[in-house]
Formats: sequence, structure tokens, C-alpha cells
Amino acid sequence: MTVLSSVRRVTLRPRRRLTPALLFLAPSFIILGIFVLWPILASLWYSLHDWTIGAKEQPWVGLANYVELLNDSRFWGAFIHSVVITVFSVAGIILLGLALALALANDGVGNRIIRSAFFFPTVVALTSIGLVWRFLLDPDLGLVGAITRSLGLGNIGLLQSPQLALPTIIFVNIWRNAGFVMIILIAGLKGIPEDRYEAARLDGAGPWKLFRYITLPALRPTMLFGTLIMTIQSFQIFDLVYVMTGSGPLFATDTLVTMLFREGFVNFRTGYAAAISWSLFVVIVIISALQLRFFRYNDVD
Amino acid sequence: MSTDSYVRTPRTRSRRASWSPAGAAARWVFVGIGLVFALVPFIWMLSTSFRTERSLFGSPMSLLPTEWTLAGYLGVWQQLPFLRLLFNTMVFAGVTTLLTLLFDSMCAYALARIEFRGRTIAFWLVLVTLMVPFQVTLIPVFVELFQFGWLNTYQGLIIPRATSAFGIFLFRQFFISVPRELDEAARIDGAGHFRIYWQIILPLAKPAIATVAILNFTALWNDLLWPLVMTSSPEMRTLPAGLALFGGQHVTDHAVLMAGAVISILPIAIAFFLAQRYFVAGVATTGLK
Repeated sequence: MTVLSSVRRVTLRPRRRLTPALLFLAPSFIILGIFVLWPILASLWYSLHDWTIGAKEQPWVGLANYVELLNDSRFWGAFIHSVVITVFSVAGIILLGLALALALANDGVGNRIIRSAFFFPTVVALTSIGLVWRFLLDPDLGLVGAITRSLGLGNIGLLQSPQLALPTIIFVNIWRNAGFVMIILIAGLKGIPEDRYEAARLDGAGPWKLFRYITLPALRPTMLFGTLIMTIQSFQIFDLVYVMTGSGPLFATDTLVTMLFREGFVNFRTGYAAAISWSLFVVIVIISALQLRFFRYNDVD
Repeated sequence: MSTDSYVRTPRTRSRRASWSPAGAAARWVFVGIGLVFALVPFIWMLSTSFRTERSLFGSPMSLLPTEWTLAGYLGVWQQLPFLRLLFNTMVFAGVTTLLTLLFDSMCAYALARIEFRGRTIAFWLVLVTLMVPFQVTLIPVFVELFQFGWLNTYQGLIIPRATSAFGIFLFRQFFISVPRELDEAARIDGAGHFRIYWQIILPLAKPAIATVAILNFTALWNDLLWPLVMTSSPEMRTLPAGLALFGGQHVTDHAVLMAGAVISILPIAIAFFLAQRYFVAGVATTGLK
């Protein structure tokens, strides 16, 4: 192609052309449309029916599924467990992550290797982690059972106890995710200019004051971000519970997503499960909105 | 995308070098206890996979097997359709990741480098889907796949997951940072959008490709809920789904179960040790908001 003709093409071509853009967007948007955007609405539609997959007629029931949900003690149990898991997990993950980040912030070879050890659990399948911890905590076979026996505490079945199973799930969730927060906080720590510390030291600030008045405020956006991610992730907990306790004992560890799974894909109450999923959706949107407001407030700061 | 600065930061001079002796001691105790907690489960998993039943019952306190056996690793092939599980997981995670890389980068190219009407709305739609928890779509997608006749098939496992809003977002951030002069020059030479995308932008985007590929592959390889719901026969299960269901049935076969867990972790562990900086880059990028 000669230079002349290509120059002409450039000038003749209208600036805003839809076709190439559409071709580039099509694959992703078709998939997102069919498998993400449309299902959000479909989910709402199903939740207003006594929906049975494959049935000819789907009886309209209005808000009956939601009314049933509000009167279902299982639902409230699952909701409260999800909230408890989220609150305690996030607090533990952030505190532990912060402590690890402060302890391992320097870029020595040793610290890098130790960081990897803490980061590794966050990339491993939760299924495998759940299976390993279930065995570790097994009162007869596991290491923890052996330790409690040797201490004279007897066989403690942490996952078999209705009181202790939920705290144990929370513990494993913290164990798994603290490394994630550690990594983002170390990235945050590196963003703090050294001269701020120098200036404060000249003013006679001790280690605690440096932490309180320089490190902590500078890390706030990163910590809020970690809180957001971990809140959403913990609220949607499924794998650990499914593998470690199967929602038991006596539904003591049932969460919203395990309940959704049970109603939708074990009991095949599609309409009811859709109502659960919409409730989950609304709660998560509220949490995200609250935390995003928090963010914006912080950006102005 | 300034992820690399998060990965390798040579400039950090020891800001915290001024640990007092007591502080340093406390730090080492804390880190030491933390390391024990972080590592022991994995060591225990590895050793239990090589252990005989008698060794486990006889001395559950010991971290190393008193009697070694490969029975766990042999049992995994006999008691599970393990080769099939492994194959399914590779197909699911591998093919889905490849498609995601292609579709996400194309979509991001349009959002970052082509001016068209509705671009802002398109980008907002991507951000909206980024915020939708995937469990909310689970039931309708199941119904859709039922209607397509795609339940318990590879296309059913793969196609709905073949794009990710996060990947689009990440690629877009990267593409925006590529200087405009590059494609202006190419356009003068007569290159269309497809050539600019394929020959100029993509080759520059290798760090972004690596990050999205690793994050996506890991997430899919580890995923439990999705394959659990969308497959029903043992021949179509992936490793996490197969192991979770197996663990639910055969509680006593500890060595087999741990061997399965070890093998399922292995590819991700190898990738982690070879390419840790991309894992870190992914995490740090999510931290950029």
C-alpha cells in the first residue's frame, strides 16, 4: 500500500467507528451478558416462583419464598454464622497480616523466604487446606488430638463440637488469608517515603509514635482495601465449611452459601435457593457500598 | 501498571533496622511461632501421604512417618478415577485460561484504544460484573446450562467462565499506559486494529498476560463450587470436587486422601516457586483498586 493511499484512508475514515470495537468486545460481552448480567435478573424472577427445573409450569408465588426465608430459623442461623465468620475472620486476618507485614517488611533474603511461607497458603486450593486441617484436627488420628492427649486434655473433637466448630473454621480461614493481607501491606509500607520517618525521628518520636502517627495513617487505604476484599470473601465462604464440617454438627457451621448450595442443588428447591442468592447479593452490595463510601472519604483525606 | 515496583524494590533500606534487643527477640518469637503454624500442616500432609495406617495410629505426634509406604499414591489411582480428574482439571483450567486471555485482552483493547460511542457504559458494565458475587448467578446459570444440554460437559464447565471482569480491568489499565504514538505510527503504515492489537499491543503486554494467566489458572484449578454444581458424573469431576466428595465418603483412607491433596497442590506449588513475583504482582495489582 502506498503512503498516499493510506494517508487518504486515515483522513477519510470517520473517527468513531463502531464495527471494530464491537468485534473486539463481542466475545467477552456475550459471555458476561448470558452468564453474569442476565442471571442476576433471572435469579430475581425465579425467586418469585415455586421453580422446578425442567417443569412445564412454574407457579408464581410472589414473595412467598422471601416470607418463608424470614421465618426459616435455618436461614437466620446461616446468616448469623456468615456474619460471625466474617467479623472475626476479618479482624484476625487484618491484625495478623499487619503484624507479619511489620515484622517482615525489610527486603532481606531471609525475610523474603519467610514471607513466601506465609503467602503460600493463600494460593493453595481451599479444598486441600480443608482436608488437611480436618485430618490434623481429627481427635483420633490427627496431630492436634495427639497434642491435647499428651497434655492430659483428652480427645477434643474441635470440628465435632457444636460450640467449637465455628471458631475452628474461623481460625483456619485466618490461617489461610493472613498472608494475603501481609503482602498488600508490605507493598503499602514500601510506598511510605523514608523522609517522613527521618523528620519524625528528628522531632524525637519513638518507635510507637512513628507507628501510630506515620505508619498507620499511611497504611489506612491499603488496610481498608484488604478489609473490603476479605469481608466479601469471608461472607461467601463455602469450600472450607463444605469440606471440614459439611455445615455440621447440627448446622452449627451452616453459612449462606452452603445453605444456597443445599437448597439449590441437593434439595432442588430452585425458587427458594434463588431467594437466598438474592438476599446474599443485597447484603454484599450493601457491604461493598458502605466500604466504598469509606474509601472515598479516605481519598478526600 | 506499576506492579513491578511492588515486586522488586531494591531501594528499601532498612527502615526498621532500629529494633531494640527486646523488640528483636519478640519479633523472632512471633515469626517463629507463625512459621510453625504456617508450615506444619503442609509437612504433616506430605508425611501422612507416605505413612502407613499403623504409623499414624501408633505415633500421631511425630511429623515424620515411622513407616514409609507408597500405598497412598498407589491407592489414589485405584480408588479414584484420578487420571481422569487430573485431565479434567487441566482441560478446565487450561482451556478456560487461554480463552480468557484472548477475550479479556480483546475487550480491554477496545475499551482502552478504540474510541466508540458507549465506551464509558461498556466499561461500567464490566465494573458492575466485577462486583457481582458469582454465587448469585449460580442457579440461573445452572438452569441455562440445563436448557442448552451443557450440564456435565466440558463446554458447560468452560464457556461461562471464559472471560473475567477482573482480567478485562487489569488489561485495560495496562493498555492505557502504552504510548499512543506506537499505534499511530502503525496506522500510518496501514495496519488495522487487529494487527495493532496482535502485533504491537499484545507483545508489549507480557507482564499483564502472565499475571492474568497465573491468577486465573490458579483460581480455576482450585475452584470447588463451580465444578461441583455443573458436573454430576465422576468422569467429569475436577480434582477439588473429586477429592471433596471422596473425603466425604472414605474418612479412614487418610494416606490416599492426603496423597490426592498433595498431587492437586503440586502444580500450583511449582508455579508458585518458579513465578512467585507474578502471584505477588496479581495481589499487589488488586491492591491498586
